[in-house]
Amino acid sequence: MNEKENKGGNNDEPNKKFSIWDLPDVPMGQLPPHLQLQKTRVVCKADAPIHTDNISYSGAYASIGVDNSVHLDLFRDNFKVNVIRLTKEDMEFDMIGIDPALANAFRRILISEVPTMAIEKVLIAYNTSVVQDEVLAHRLGLVPLKADPRLFEYLSANDTPNEKNTIVFKLHASCKRGERRTVYSEELKWLPKGSELIKEAGQADSKPTTYTSFTCSQDVLPEFSEDPISPSEDKIILAKLGSKQEIELEAHAVKGLGKTHAKWSPVATAWYRMLPEVVLLEDVEDEVAEELVRRCPDKVFDIEDIGHGKKRATVARPRDCRLCRECVRGEGWEERVELRRVKDHFIFTVESTGVLPPEVLFTEAVKILEEKCERVISELS
Amino acid sequence: MCVAGNRREMEHGSLNDPSKATFSFVDEDHTLANSVRFCLNQDPRVSVCGYSIPHPSDARVNIRIQTTGEPAREVLKDGCQNLMLMCQHVRGTLDKAVADFRMNNPTKMETKSDSEMET
Ligand code: SF4
Repeated sequence: MNEKENKGGNNDEPNKKFSIWDLPDVPMGQLPPHLQLQKTRVVCKADAPIHTDNISYSGAYASIGVDNSVHLDLFRDNFKVNVIRLTKEDMEFDMIGIDPALANAFRRILISEVPTMAIEKVLIAYNTSVVQDEVLAHRLGLVPLKADPRLFEYLSANDTPNEKNTIVFKLHASCKRGERRTVYSEELKWLPKGSELIKEAGQADSKPTTYTSFTCSQDVLPEFSEDPISPSEDKIILAKLGSKQEIELEAHAVKGLGKTHAKWSPVATAWYRMLPEVVLLEDVEDEVAEELVRRCPDKVFDIEDIGHGKKRATVARPRDCRLCRECVRGEGWEERVELRRVKDHFIFTVESTGVLPPEVLFTEAVKILEEKCERVISELS
Repeated sequence: MCVAGNRREMEHGSLNDPSKATFSFVDEDHTLANSVRFCLNQDPRVSVCGYSIPHPSDARVNIRIQTTGEPAREVLKDGCQNLMLMCQHVRGTLDKAVADFRMNNPTKMETKSDSEMET
C-alpha cells in the first residue's frame, strides 16, 4: 500500500476527485515490474543478497488484485525438467517452476531417507593386520553395495537374519612372508547361502547353527542370478597387509536409512543451485569492458566489437557464474552489473554411490515424499 | 484438545473452533513440514500457516494452521493431497525428460559408460 500511496503523492494532478486506484501506474491484476523482480529473483549485491525470501502466501498481493495462489493446473503447466547430463553415477538436470520447499525436500530425502543396503555387522574371525577390528568394521560399513534395496526388508531387533533382510559377504585375505599387499573391496565375496561361521554350540549335541538362517539361496532369485551382489566399486582399499598378516571375517549387510548413519546414504551428495542471471545495467565499453572480463574467473563475459574501434562487454555464459561477486565489488561496479538468481529454476545434481542409477534415486525420493503425505492423510481421516 | 491413541499425529485445538489447530507429527522434520507449509500457504482458505520444531532432539514438528472458516483438519488433508499430486507430476515429468535425453543422446550415454568400464 505504501508503495502506491507514495506514487500517488508524486503525481500532483489538480483533480480533486482523484483516486489512487485510477492511476495508470498501479496496474491492477498484474504485478508491477519491481515486485515481479522481488518475487522471482534474488539480487546479489556486493555485501549481501536481497529479496531472498519466497512470497508464497496466497493473498500476498491481494491489494493489487493479484492472486498469488498456485493451483495444481498452473503448476502442471509451468513445471519443466531438462536433463543436462546423465551417466550411471551422476546426473544434472534443470528443474523449473518449483518452490524451494519442494526442491529442498527432495534433496533432504535423497541424502537421508532413501534406503540402501550397507554392512552393519562384521564378525571377525581373524585379524592380524595393523588395522584394528573396529576401524576395519567401520571401513567395511562405508563400502557402497550394488544391491537393489527395494528387494529387501528391514531387519528389526527381534528378527532373525534371513535371505530377505541380510546380505552376507566373506573376506579372507592373507599375505605371504616377506611381501606386502593391499586388500581391495573386490575381495569381498558374496555368500548367497548365508553365513558360514558356526556359532559356538550351547548344547553339545544340538545341530550346529550359523549366524543367519537362510531358507533358500539368494542367487536363485531371478533378480540376483543375472546380476550378482557385490560392492559397487572394485578398487576401494580396505586394508594393507604386511608379511604373514591375515584377515578373515564375515560382513552382514542390512537395509537402513541415511539419517541413522551416512553409510546408508545412496548419494555421494545431492545439491542444487539457482540459475544465475547476469545483467549489464549500462553499456560497458572499452577498458572497463576488458577489466570486467578480467575480473570474472568463470569467463561469464565476452567482448564484442561494435565498430569504430569500440568494444562492448556482453554476458555470454551466465550459467557458469559461481557468484564470487568479483564483478560487483568496488566503486561503481554495482551500477554496471547486477547479479541475480532465478528463484524457481534449480540446477539439481545427484551423485549416486552406485547403489542405484541417479534417476531412479530421484524417483524414489519423490515417492517417499508422497508416502509421507499419504500417511498424514490416512492418519487424519 | 484431542489426542488420538497411539497415532503419530496429534491435533491440539479447541473443540468449538475447528478452524484453528496445531498438528503435531512424530518422526517428521523440515522435509515434510516445510513442504506442507508451502502447499497450505498457497491455499486461499488458509490465513496463517507455519511450523516449528520444539526441540532438536525430539523427532517432532508442530504445524499451526488457521483458516478463514474451514476446519483446519480438512484443509491440511487437502494440502497433503495437493502435495502428493505435485509429486506425481514431478515424477512423471522427470521420467519423460530422462527418456527424451536417452533418445537424443544414445551414443553419448554409451561412450560415457564405456569409459567408466575402463577405469
Ligand atoms: S559473480 Fe563472479 S563468476 Fe559471476 S559473473 Fe561476476 S565475476 Fe563472474
